[in-house]
Amino acid sequence: MKQSKKRFLNNLITYGMVVIAFIICQVMVQNGSMSRSFKGQLVPICVYIVMAVSLNLTVGISGELSLGHAGFMSIGAFSGIVASTWLLNSFNMENTVVRLILSMVFGGVMAGVAGVLIGIPVLRLRGDYLAIVTLAFGEIIRNVLNCLYFSVDGRKIYVSFNDPDLPGKIFVNGPAGATGIAKIATFTMGFVLVLFALFVVLNLINSRTGRAIMATRDNRIAAESVGIAVTKYKMIAFVVAAVLAGMAGALYGLNASTTVASKFKFDTSILVLVFVVLGGIGNIRGSVIAATLLTVLPEMLRAFADYRMLVYAVVLILVMLATNNPFLKNLANSIFHREKQQKKEGEAA
Amino acid sequence: MTQLKRKSNTKMVPVPSESIVPERDINKSPVLEARHLGIEFGGLKAVEDFNLTIGKTEIAGLIGPNGAGKTTVFNLLTKVYQPTTGTVLINGRDTAGMNTVQANKLGIARTFQNIRLFSQMSVEDNVRIGLHNQVKYGMFTGIFRLPAFWKQERVQHEKAMDLLSIFDMQDMAEMKAGSLPYGAQRRLEIVRALATNPSLLLLDEPAAGMNPHETEELMDNIIKIRDKFQIAVMLIEHDMNLVMGICEGICVLNYGKVIAKGTAEEIQQNPVVIEAYLGKQKEGA
Amino acid sequence: MITFLSHLVNGLSLGSVYAIIALGYSMVYGIAKMLNFAHGDVIMVGGYICFCATQYWGMSPLLGVLLSIVVCTVLGVVIEGLAYKPLRQATSLAVLITAIGVSYFLQNIAQIIWGANPKSFPSVVSIPSIFLFDGQMVISGETMVTVLANIVIMIALTLFTNKTKMGKAMRVVSEDRGAAELMGINVNFTISLTFAIGSALAAVAGVLLCSSYPVLQPTTGSMPGIKAFTAAVFGGIGSIPGALIGGLLLGVIEILGKAYVSTELSDALVFAVLIVVLLVKPTGLLGKAVHEKV
Repeated sequence: MKQSKKRFLNNLITYGMVVIAFIICQVMVQNGSMSRSFKGQLVPICVYIVMAVSLNLTVGISGELSLGHAGFMSIGAFSGIVASTWLLNSFNMENTVVRLILSMVFGGVMAGVAGVLIGIPVLRLRGDYLAIVTLAFGEIIRNVLNCLYFSVDGRKIYVSFNDPDLPGKIFVNGPAGATGIAKIATFTMGFVLVLFALFVVLNLINSRTGRAIMATRDNRIAAESVGIAVTKYKMIAFVVAAVLAGMAGALYGLNASTTVASKFKFDTSILVLVFVVLGGIGNIRGSVIAATLLTVLPEMLRAFADYRMLVYAVVLILVMLATNNPFLKNLANSIFHREKQQKKEGEAA
Repeated sequence: MTQLKRKSNTKMVPVPSESIVPERDINKSPVLEARHLGIEFGGLKAVEDFNLTIGKTEIAGLIGPNGAGKTTVFNLLTKVYQPTTGTVLINGRDTAGMNTVQANKLGIARTFQNIRLFSQMSVEDNVRIGLHNQVKYGMFTGIFRLPAFWKQERVQHEKAMDLLSIFDMQDMAEMKAGSLPYGAQRRLEIVRALATNPSLLLLDEPAAGMNPHETEELMDNIIKIRDKFQIAVMLIEHDMNLVMGICEGICVLNYGKVIAKGTAEEIQQNPVVIEAYLGKQKEGA
Repeated sequence: MITFLSHLVNGLSLGSVYAIIALGYSMVYGIAKMLNFAHGDVIMVGGYICFCATQYWGMSPLLGVLLSIVVCTVLGVVIEGLAYKPLRQATSLAVLITAIGVSYFLQNIAQIIWGANPKSFPSVVSIPSIFLFDGQMVISGETMVTVLANIVIMIALTLFTNKTKMGKAMRVVSEDRGAAELMGINVNFTISLTFAIGSALAAVAGVLLCSSYPVLQPTTGSMPGIKAFTAAVFGGIGSIPGALIGGLLLGVIEILGKAYVSTELSDALVFAVLIVVLLVKPTGLLGKAVHEKV
């Protein structure tokens, strides 16, 4: 049972790290030592952590490259916005915490439904073809959301496709996006969502279902030969990731008074993928760290204005070159191994 | 001397489908019946009219020169390929239209010629994945760590360790499967296949890359597995010591066709088999 | 009917641009087995170089095009050598992320040099438009040049890969890199050559694209890049005729979709058709099916 103990400890470190970071941020907010722009980044950081953790489930654990993860985020965002508006107007739900939670759940459910519908065709494909189809779905979702109109008239919600002629006050206005949204997202809720996502993903990985998912990744044919229905488990990973991305999207959508669909374009999917890759494929804690640092980094580089994205690009390339350099890899391996060996010798002595 | 101990003196008796099964199995329904099995790849008949019956506890051998279609037969039996003609019955149930997963659930498990382990995962996890359909609990039980999770995980762990002990591999449970030595990887594949609780175990070149000592051990272990689990084993192998030493019924394949069936002695003396392996002998040579 | 024809011709013109870009994508994918996401941004660089040459440095349009081809070719080879070559043994995902990094890099360098504001690109084509059906249908000079360029490039490339020694080497490397190396083919040189050709094509595509759709900005290349990649997959990635068919179909579907369905949904339509094609034929229209050996 040593293995499971090690895993437990590992997970504990991940949770602990998140909790400590949350406490530090809260203290800094309380005593006013946090800059305004950084404060504004707190909820997005949580959103991107959840996005990265969920995408890692698809890319790292299930082994399928998805280039359309932002699509699920956008479905979650708009579903969340609609749910929140509906709950407020039709049920007079003033309690923002309950409303936010219900909106996130609704966003997650809608993204999950989309995940099932998209997963059925997508998961029949392999490798790069699968990747390009997820990209295609991401773009389709964005295009379709650009044609949706929602309005609220008294206690009623109206919806239309490609037709802005609706009764009452329009709050989702096609390409112009959602406007006049009540900002109900909070850093604390973001923190709770991060913990929830970690709980779901880490527990899933260390369970019968998770092992089956990883088996389909490591060797599809062998997995089938021991009676694992490959498509079913790929689907589970894909849909769970979609649900979490939808919840993150809802949080994101309810963190700003306006949201446009073009915010969730291909670049956003790629951004999240970069978090996953730089944090380490299949490494959940790495995703958390990478998402945090890379969301904060461009903000810190704001002083360089024009150059910050350039620096970001250069950092990205250099990190990839360094981590895949055979010489550096060997060096790291030998250092790591020596440590391990010394430890072993120490134990034996 | 060791060979004598192992040498099967099973009496083989014929069954209606032109095959032979051990006498002890004659009153039990056969574990596998292949009937007129055939497959074409773009007009090329890779396997043609393959008929075979395997007894409940038989150790059967499938031999033949390279490219004879042996692995293709395994792929047909495990439904990796769908046959163009004929069908396969596992424990009397027709597998027509089934996929690999369903065939495995019916009781057929296999290893691969080119090892296919879940190499990024631990040895124990590989076996646990084999136990996937044996020790079950749902996704939500797993995520929310309900009591059933802890209980079933413990059962899985114990079963996995038990299975690994067949090959004395308990100590390797924590190691990464991909980092095992070659022979151990082959043994782990067998354990993983056994974990699915099969009634027929297909081994594709289990002794490939093993030294003579390891092969001897493997032979003992195959018999041990058969006796312990009371299952049938069918193996593809080029090591004739192994095949002739433990296989009760042997089937010889050449150019996709069965050219001989029989016991080790019969096969060794069959002129068609000798010709297939050594080429036609010249007159007077 | 005549409007339909006009749309069709416009679609073919746009499709020709896609086809030329898709070729570069397809060749690079075939040989290096990587999705070169920076390919679209090379198009943008090609556009800017030609723009500067004709607007600031007083070159003739033809010289501008040639300069942009040279610069892009060099750029392609340099990118390959610096960013992709060290990653030959790395996972495809690592290479993909690096390509994305290169893409961001090019976009941001362009933004620093030329600014974020869109520039109006003057057409390099001085051929007058043709008026058909009493002037009801106009075929612009750009359209004719684009379609013509596409045809010439396709024929030239097909001849190159089938008849010349270098072209054959490229096909061998894309089929089996290890075996090619054993046969004494210089794999690194062949891959560099592929990038050079692909980038030169991107420069041509960039100039043609900007001549028809004269808005030049740092992100000009990314959407056509993605669409062209889609076109390459659509037609069967790694196949020259596949890139041609994929590109043309995509262009026609996009323009017709814009005209008859909805401007907003034309992209969605393009991608929907791609999905349908891949579901029916998982390796694209002309792609070869690959079976995994068990």
